[in-house]
Amino acid sequence: MRLRSIIACVPLTACLLLLATAAIPAFAAEPAAASAALPTANPFNRLLKPPAKRNLPPAEDGIHDPTNDGTHALQSPAQGFLPLVKSNFGNQVDWVKSLDENRINPRNELADPTAEPFVFDLNIEREVKGSMPDVVYPHKQHTQWLDCANCHPDIFIPQKGANQISMAAILMGKQCGVCHGKVAFPVSECRKCHSKNKPPVAANAKP
Amino acid sequence: MPANPDINGETHRAPQGRTGLKKLLLVLLLCLSAPAAAEYADVVLNKRSEAAGMPPVIFQHWFHRERFRCKVCHSELGFQMRVGANDVLMTDIIDGKFCGACHNGSLAWGPENCELCHSGLPGLKTGIRGDAETRGPGRW
Repeated sequence: MRLRSIIACVPLTACLLLLATAAIPAFAAEPAAASAALPTANPFNRLLKPPAKRNLPPAEDGIHDPTNDGTHALQSPAQGFLPLVKSNFGNQVDWVKSLDENRINPRNELADPTAEPFVFDLNIEREVKGSMPDVVYPHKQHTQWLDCANCHPDIFIPQKGANQISMAAILMGKQCGVCHGKVAFPVSECRKCHSKNKPPVAANAKP
Repeated sequence: MPANPDINGETHRAPQGRTGLKKLLLVLLLCLSAPAAAEYADVVLNKRSEAAGMPPVIFQHWFHRERFRCKVCHSELGFQMRVGANDVLMTDIIDGKFCGACHNGSLAWGPENCELCHSGLPGLKTGIRGDAETRGPGRW
């Protein structure tokens, strides 16, 4: 009977000992454990950047040379993005919202820090042939950042009906794809552009 | 017959070692060329750098767009919006053109801080990094 109780105690004490030894280093290395807990692979889509690979410091980003002293003097994006509005794509930053909410105040002219941009508030609605919602292009958010001459007339002819736009061209880096998918929000965010629902079609309507 | 790889063990092993090294180099290259961790819209500028004996330049779009609107560089300073379309010489920068409009020692660090811009890994090709989702030449 006594032997049995001793045998029963052995795994229990072993467990307690293990817990105690495991708890001490876990406490000490809490920040390291938190960053290690971020997944390094995206189980949903392997082409999407997994959380552990987002906004890495320059020395770990795969293009900066970690043996170069200058690399370590550069700010980490994660730190630079702390005051900004978060999003789920690109830099993980919503740049337009960050600007609207005055989280940043980027200069509009190099020599004059107080110069205000010329904001042109005109929406262009484009009817889309397929079943996707129609596109609403807002000049407002674009002119907050850009000059008219950045897009007109080289990328888009400033004339109604003069521009044939296709998703294939955009994916090849033309038209909207000059910026979107490279520096502005990527084309995977369909509904940010395709935002105006088509009027409902009656079930018995003739085609 | 030292040249016969079937008889001479040494000559037979040597190419194996070389292929092993090649594989290792290939794996290393693949690791280096995978831009998975670079920040969205980072730009590698290597049109002239390595040919002139300096590491490639990494331009971080995110840092600059927190401080300047697109039009400042892409209109005032004359940077084309197509990677590879800009011919930026160090002499231009020192003369106050392109990067040198700000990187002059007063608004931002001056061009004497070589390693802050020339900070790229050797062999990087000019282009947009950080999981760009649109490809192609970007011509219009």
